Amino acid sequence: MVNIIWVCLTVIGILFAMVNGTMSEVNEAIFSGAKEAVTLCIGLISILVFWLGMMKIAEEAGLLNKLSNLFKPIITRLFPEIPHNHPAMGYILSNMMANMFGLGNAATPLGIKAMEEMKKINGGKSEASRSMITFLAINTSSITLIPTTVIAIRMNYNSASPTDIVGPTLIATICSSIGAILIDRFFYYRRSRKG
Amino acid sequence: MGIVTAISLWFIPVLIAVILLYGTYKQVPTYESFVEGGKEGIKIAVSIIPFLVGMLVAISVFRASGALEYFMGFLKPTLEAVGVPPEIAPLAIIRPISGTAALGMTSDLMAQHGPDSYIGRLAATLQGSTDTTFYVLTVYFGAVGIKKMGDALKVGLLADLVGIIAAIVVVTIVFGY
Repeated sequence: MVNIIWVCLTVIGILFAMVNGTMSEVNEAIFSGAKEAVTLCIGLISILVFWLGMMKIAEEAGLLNKLSNLFKPIITRLFPEIPHNHPAMGYILSNMMANMFGLGNAATPLGIKAMEEMKKINGGKSEASRSMITFLAINTSSITLIPTTVIAIRMNYNSASPTDIVGPTLIATICSSIGAILIDRFFYYRRSRKG
Repeated sequence: MGIVTAISLWFIPVLIAVILLYGTYKQVPTYESFVEGGKEGIKIAVSIIPFLVGMLVAISVFRASGALEYFMGFLKPTLEAVGVPPEIAPLAIIRPISGTAALGMTSDLMAQHGPDSYIGRLAATLQGSTDTTFYVLTVYFGAVGIKKMGDALKVGLLADLVGIIAAIVVVTIVFGY
């Protein structure tokens, strides 16, 4: 699946450039795209190191377990495959919290850790498990309490009340998260019926 | 509103203090643990570089060649039929593919229509309520070495669609057209 999408994006782009006369833009895009990716990853190092360091302390102190105990009823229903008291629960929850508070930077390392733990549960296979897909669905629909970047942009353009979209964003985000969970369930049951 | 802003400002520092104090109380070797966990961070950051380079180059090429614009032309009537305003359609299409491009479009829409217009508010809500599905997919699955993504992309993109529709409905109800 990834392979096909990846090849299609690139090859269609190149074929398009031949017809469209945008070869020089494409040439530039190859290098700027690669550079952007590396810059992004380098930027991630500082945050990853800091947050994974902090979370290690939290994990060893038992804070992550406490957190997952608190929200256990919801999480066990969303992720029935994950055993109780598994560290994955704690990481999933901390990732969701970070997302809610608009801390996308802090959310990424926690999400990666959660994925790592879920892969362990799945026997280290290179195939996405049911819980991974659920987690991804929730993540891409991201429950946001405070959309900080958007508020900043609105302030830039002299909005009369930059924060008045907070309420609507919250409602929309809750709808999309519920939608994501339902869609995920639908695909799961379709898969399991197939065998 | 002040409370929400205050929470977001205080959240991280307070969280750090709580973790450090609790760790000390539980006699965790805090500094050593921090370093231990941090080492993992470097490994992860370096290991996702190839995944992101591959994906971002493909997306950049697709966008720069004009192919993205061309395909948007096809998708636009469909989106408009569902009720997506024509000004918003490109943003709705690009949001799951490229975070930076979407952010640029959102600012552009606000500059053109004003941040307090229907379009401006809708763009803001859309930007805030969905995420860059391709990025999340590449980074999370790339970092832990998942090759078969199953239904993940389909589920993610359909969830984005729900988010877009929800944003339009909510903004129309709350602020009026």
